Amino acid sequence: MPTVTRQQVLVLYLSTSSLASEVVGWSFFDGAGTQLDEAGASSVPPYPTGLDALRDGWRLFQASQLLPPPAGEEYVTSFQKFEFFFEKLVNPEQTVGELNLSAARAGGA
Amino acid sequence: MTVAPGSVGLSGAGAAGDEQVPLLDSTQVALFVAKGFLRFDGVVPDPVNEACLQEMKQDEADGRTGTRSMLKAGNSVGLPLPQCFPHAPGIRSMLQLPLVRGVIQSLVGPGPLYDHHAVHVRYPGQPSQQLHADAIIDTRLRFDIQLMYFPHDVPADMGGTLLVPGSHLRRVNEHDVSRYQNLAGQITYFGPAGSVLVLHHGIWHCGRRNERDVPRYMFKLRLNPATEQIRCWDAGDLVDPDVRRRVLEVLRNREPWYEAATGRLEFVNRAVLWRYLSGQPDFDIDHWLGRLENAARPSLLEELPGYAATNGRGS
Repeated sequence: MPTVTRQQVLVLYLSTSSLASEVVGWSFFDGAGTQLDEAGASSVPPYPTGLDALRDGWRLFQASQLLPPPAGEEYVTSFQKFEFFFEKLVNPEQTVGELNLSAARAGGA
Repeated sequence: MTVAPGSVGLSGAGAAGDEQVPLLDSTQVALFVAKGFLRFDGVVPDPVNEACLQEMKQDEADGRTGTRSMLKAGNSVGLPLPQCFPHAPGIRSMLQLPLVRGVIQSLVGPGPLYDHHAVHVRYPGQPSQQLHADAIIDTRLRFDIQLMYFPHDVPADMGGTLLVPGSHLRRVNEHDVSRYQNLAGQITYFGPAGSVLVLHHGIWHCGRRNERDVPRYMFKLRLNPATEQIRCWDAGDLVDPDVRRRVLEVLRNREPWYEAATGRLEFVNRAVLWRYLSGQPDFDIDHWLGRLENAARPSLLEELPGYAATNGRGS
């Protein structure tokens, strides 16, 4: 009988273009449906750096390109620049405990 | 007025119509420029809160929540605020509070104009909204404000509104930022009845999951400026060097979700906005703009081989 797997996607936003830099934002989309994946679900980053996610078994499958700003828009700020997509394939019938995003809820103002 | 963490009081006073209203001071306006919002905890009296809540619940009973709120009866885009909400005496009372009028005048100037409003209801168990900025991408230096008014207590497990401090100057189009779930330094508003948040139109935010067994109500109102927004607050304190130092400290405060290099550009954009609001064309933060504007030496571009010839400056 084939093993059932689902994709969990972790998106980390880093401080610089280096995977070794600090996590400043994060999102989680759970194909296994075992964990809360919505805005404000946590106030503590799941890893200190992108490299720590790699070392914990997350597989990098996309990183934002380094593109120069369009002429005339050098000082415009917009989206987060350093976005890294990671994945894990998990068996949804087994407990997944690698990423505890729901433990730390958003803090008050 | 209860002063909660992150909230501010009012100090000065100024004319709005025929009455004196308390105005923001320069440090508070700098905080708005840096963070994109101010919060005032428990500033609306309970009788007004109760009247407003009943008006909002009537909208809900009529199936008229969100921007379909019937509290807008009599309102129209561009109508001066004092003429708005003729059929909602509770909401009118809230908007006529001197503190509320003073905050509005300080940020968008006298004679603010109605844009739109909404009655937001978050039901028990309803999940979070996705992160967004309101309206559409907006490249203006001048800004609208949005009031978020909470007529009842909002405890932490009722969700409240998530805000991303310092996001208001980033140019994005509405829900294009919804991929972002958590950014370092994000805050969730919760607080006592009668609290008011005042937001720059561009700030990223969302209503959060309500884990209580009762609905959460919030009244939102967007206002447009009718005049230039230059020194509309109690700006006389800018003659004080200590105040100017505090303003600078507030404006150079980095948000933890900023990327290392892009954070510097945030300072540039804050400085540009402060120049406009304060009428100080030479204002700068850590020489980020002054270095670019230094006319005492030629720019790198002008020194590049071939630049002069191709730009009509060759001999």
